[in-house]
Amino acid sequence: MAKLPPYTSTGEYIWHYTYRFICGLIFLFLILPILIVLPLSFNVEPYFSFTPGMLSFDPEAFSLRWYEDILRNGMAAPDEPLSWAWFSDTWNNGQWMRAIRNSFFIGICATLLSTALGTLAAIGLSRSEMPYRRMIMSILISPMIVPLVITAAGMFFFYSRIQLSQTYIGVIMAHAVLGTPFVIITVTATLVGFDKSLVRAASSLGAGPITTFRRVQMPLIIPGVVSGGLFAFITSFDEVVAVLFLASPEQRTIPRQMWSGIREQISPTILAVATLLVILSVILLTVLELLRRRSERLRGITPG
Amino acid sequence: MAMTETDTSAQMPITAADGTPLKKKLAQALFRSRVRAVGLVLPLFAFVMASFVIPILALMWQGVYNNTFAEYTPNLTEKLSVWDGVSQPTEDMFAALVVDLKTTRKDKTIGRIATRVNQELPGSRSLFTSSARKVGKLKPPFAESVVKMDEKWGEIEIWQAMKLTSQSLTPGFYATALDGRYTVDEGFVSQVESRQIYVKLFWRTMLISGTVMLLCLLLGYPVAYLLATLPLRYSNLLMIMVLLPFWTSLLVRTTAWIAILQSQGVINDLLVWIGVASDESRFSLIYNMTGTIIAMTHILLPFMILPLYSVMKTIPPSYMRAARSLGATPTLAFIKVYMPQTVPGVGAGGLLVFILAIGYYITPALVGGQDGQLISNMIAYHMQKSLNWSLAAALGGILLAGVLLLYWAYDRIIGIDNMKLG
Repeated sequence: MAKLPPYTSTGEYIWHYTYRFICGLIFLFLILPILIVLPLSFNVEPYFSFTPGMLSFDPEAFSLRWYEDILRNGMAAPDEPLSWAWFSDTWNNGQWMRAIRNSFFIGICATLLSTALGTLAAIGLSRSEMPYRRMIMSILISPMIVPLVITAAGMFFFYSRIQLSQTYIGVIMAHAVLGTPFVIITVTATLVGFDKSLVRAASSLGAGPITTFRRVQMPLIIPGVVSGGLFAFITSFDEVVAVLFLASPEQRTIPRQMWSGIREQISPTILAVATLLVILSVILLTVLELLRRRSERLRGITPG
Repeated sequence: MAMTETDTSAQMPITAADGTPLKKKLAQALFRSRVRAVGLVLPLFAFVMASFVIPILALMWQGVYNNTFAEYTPNLTEKLSVWDGVSQPTEDMFAALVVDLKTTRKDKTIGRIATRVNQELPGSRSLFTSSARKVGKLKPPFAESVVKMDEKWGEIEIWQAMKLTSQSLTPGFYATALDGRYTVDEGFVSQVESRQIYVKLFWRTMLISGTVMLLCLLLGYPVAYLLATLPLRYSNLLMIMVLLPFWTSLLVRTTAWIAILQSQGVINDLLVWIGVASDESRFSLIYNMTGTIIAMTHILLPFMILPLYSVMKTIPPSYMRAARSLGATPTLAFIKVYMPQTVPGVGAGGLLVFILAIGYYITPALVGGQDGQLISNMIAYHMQKSLNWSLAAALGGILLAGVLLLYWAYDRIIGIDNMKLG
């Protein structure tokens, strides 16, 4: 950390460290709740709290039973020996397994849809010729702002009328709409720094609009597109209100399964799932950071 | 442009290679590029319209339009529409009632009629369902036989309630959502004190959102300042502590707070261990308003820190040094020079947190208990439990109006193009 200059007074000195201390506490407030689920998920007891055994680091007090439960819950024959049949049983019948499958399926479909549409729209919106730019932009961003309950309730009625509620298509459409604002925001932010003369240079060298897009524009905005896509994916992966209103038990996602887990039978299986989700978000965050660095490198900004 | 130049160009228009005037050519080119821009935006715009805007407009329409009664009891609706609402119900109206009760019983739609009138006049549900069972045996004149079957039919209130429900386009649900009642003879009257719940709930939603916003500002400001002033290699590391919660599932964070705050949870165990609380008198930190506020503050804090950080990053540190060199104390320099420059960030973060908080549903539903519920939870209750969809739509309409107003303010003050994520 930066050294304090020699003329610092005692008061400033004290304040400097008090301030650092306060900031440290706030950082703890931010991060501790997320870290605390990790050890709790290895609890051998079916509780949400630390047992005396865990505090004295007794190996007996820790177990992987809740992780096993993710696989076993809902299986037809959970106590069979491990075999191909066991795995196919958990894959097909496990409640959490189905939720995981659904979450990834819906998330990926919704991400593809919202990234494709969102990127095109962001490119269009960044052009100065676009009429009513501001108004259209605010309509396209509004799914992020409108309270989810209202969105979900509206979709519930409307999709029921056109036979889309309780189908995968309905849930995917809802999640795609909720994800597009993030794609638009991130791609627009990348396009703000985009040098338009590059496009002119490409056309003056004889490239058509499609070649220009593919060879010049796309490589430069791809980090923004991918991070927008990641945002859209995490939005879908984390979304539960629309699923509550629109999905049948067949389309249960991970958050939906956690929701009923918290409301009905609290078991540390939820903590085990939570731990896995924290690991997933660490991975996504790392990817995002790498993308950001790549984007900075492409534009010739070196990280400090 | 000088006058002479304009004159010459007016006399002899400059032409492009193919002979068309340059002005026309330019207009064509501009039109083409405009069409191209619109064409790029159009697919998403159509998609958002079809799957988001129209469903919400349809929901809002439900808040003022409910034709359950008119659809299933057409005869009675026709008679009620010409009734003045205060005079004694006529024989015609009773006859229409008997006919409609018979058909609704046969079609099994009587339950919907009963529920609909019950929303207007609580306690009238059983009158409909029981009368529909007996009405088949009645003989004219119906004005007497219906009242004889159940004397409640002789009261004017039930007829007034039916007249109100027979009007499909009604301000009644908005009146209910604002703790009032819409009546035939007096127009809008306010509900009795003990049944006023919605306005109070709106205020509580505002209060909780405001508290969460202030707490986020209080906690976010120092952290954002630290991140903005530290050298990049440290601040990038610390930024992870802000971004990780931002990227972690909402359900995970809510679960974590349940594990921490519940009566057998981490904090209470710790307090008992230190000796601040005894084992019998553990603090109730969750399933009440405290739990909602703590969990929501944690969840929304990154939305405050990120805009604050991006504004503070642009403030040159030399301003503070200049203020110091001119004799200001560190505190004065910070308040007079630094803080005014962070106002855009405070505005952006504060508005964003408030907008997101006001529509929160999941966290209050899971950790809010009784008094930590927000208006969204009430909307969900009317959607899923009481099935009074029109009231849910009216409550949603009021909430949506508030949110859109704030959104408009956000766009005006900060501009949605300036919204940054991560």
